[in-house]
Amino acid sequence: MARRGIVGLLALLVVVLLGAQPALACGGLVGPGGTVQLARTTTLAGYHQGVEHYLTSFTYSGGGAKFGSIVPLPGVPTDVSKGGEWTLQRLIQETQPQLEAAAAPVAFDAARSSAEVLLKTRVDALDITILRGGGKAVGDWARERGFGLSVDAPEVLDFYAARSPIFMAASFDARAASARGQRLGDGTPIQLTIPTADAWVPLRILGLGHQPSDAIQADLYLLTDRRPALLPEPAAAGQPGVALERSQPASELLLADLRADKGMSWVPASGMWLSYLRIDTTAGRLFHDLAVDTSGRGSPSPVAAGLVDPTEPLRPLPAPTPPAGGPAPVWPWLAAALAGATIATVVALRARARAS
Amino acid sequence: MRPRPWHLAAVAALTLAGGLTLLHAAAGQATQTVVVTMHHSRFQPEVVRVAPGTTVRFLLRNTDPIDHEFILGDDAVQRRHEQGRQREHHGEVPGEVSVAAGGQAATTYTFRQGGPASLQFACHLPGHYAYGMRGVALVSSG
Repeated sequence: MARRGIVGLLALLVVVLLGAQPALACGGLVGPGGTVQLARTTTLAGYHQGVEHYLTSFTYSGGGAKFGSIVPLPGVPTDVSKGGEWTLQRLIQETQPQLEAAAAPVAFDAARSSAEVLLKTRVDALDITILRGGGKAVGDWARERGFGLSVDAPEVLDFYAARSPIFMAASFDARAASARGQRLGDGTPIQLTIPTADAWVPLRILGLGHQPSDAIQADLYLLTDRRPALLPEPAAAGQPGVALERSQPASELLLADLRADKGMSWVPASGMWLSYLRIDTTAGRLFHDLAVDTSGRGSPSPVAAGLVDPTEPLRPLPAPTPPAGGPAPVWPWLAAALAGATIATVVALRARARAS
Repeated sequence: MRPRPWHLAAVAALTLAGGLTLLHAAAGQATQTVVVTMHHSRFQPEVVRVAPGTTVRFLLRNTDPIDHEFILGDDAVQRRHEQGRQREHHGEVPGEVSVAAGGQAATTYTFRQGGPASLQFACHLPGHYAYGMRGVALVSSG
């Protein structure tokens, strides 16, 4: 994983899924009998002074049981807590002045198991577990807890585990949410603090459990110490795919507003760069992640972007070969002539010595 | 000419030897094993070649954290399982067996002489066939 010295950032992902339709019955990490539909995902991945601050919101819009999701992480969180109340909404307001009826289907989720449980906590109706393990271990962990895994989960989990064996599993108990008075559509923001030198945002997992033609839509905000270089290079604003809608210095007013929210005191008063990426694509096209380089070198890692398999040894460059059919080298003849002359000289000197 | 005891003994020995040879050949056929791995919801290998009249024991190894199944048969068999509701196969039908996550199982199938030139094997758990979890057994003596 590339080390992104300074400002980086990272992030997120969300997940989860709908299980109502038969075609998706085995998709994602869905609890037995669970039928949860997830609305559009919004995430902030901030990277400041070597620490990632990852904020996302889990929202459910239906279902009577529970659902879960898994988010690949670049490192082990030192803190998992309830996120701020308005940060994501404030970012939306900053970049999307016109309110949009954003109700695009997003879904997915993942699994993980026999894995090492690093941290467990509960935030409102969300049970959060931080896990360390390989893709199969994570999958086993989820399956043993009653979650179903989609057919693509084994490959996708291995895809992430090869780069970072840390995952966050979030299990949303809809009954608990109801008991707490949460209404359909309410979100539960979660913030993770992750010291890391790696800056990448998992995107491929957004398509977990989906058919290749299924639409994937999400909003991703990056808040970094400087303007980031991204890989794959995002599309222009307004284009389908992963489009960079905004790339600008974060205003001091925005930063002040974010700092005022719960858990957001890490945000500096100035000097941050805001990027807003809109993801509007299909699961089949979202086969990669997003590498972020804020070092100023402008070289985001292809491995971090998920474009290169880290377990595959790099193929060595072919050894340079001399051009064929060139003129015969002269130096052997010169060397032979020099050797002959030396021998002749020695013989002549010895003969002279004997004669004298 | 009346057969002498050593004549009878020789005939018995030859008969026994021939029988043992045939049994050995048959046993060799029955013990032919093909290992198929289920990994990332795909079969490895995806193509298996067998000779007509061969009895093959398929040893299935599932490395995934999810369940799979191995269903060997013609198009009609595959359609029936794709549309059916049966989700567990315990080996009572030759060529059909469920393989639990991380586990392994085996099923034996005889590719009869004069049968189809190819059969498909696939997993029909929801979404698995569409994902590409299928392979083919080519039946030829070549």
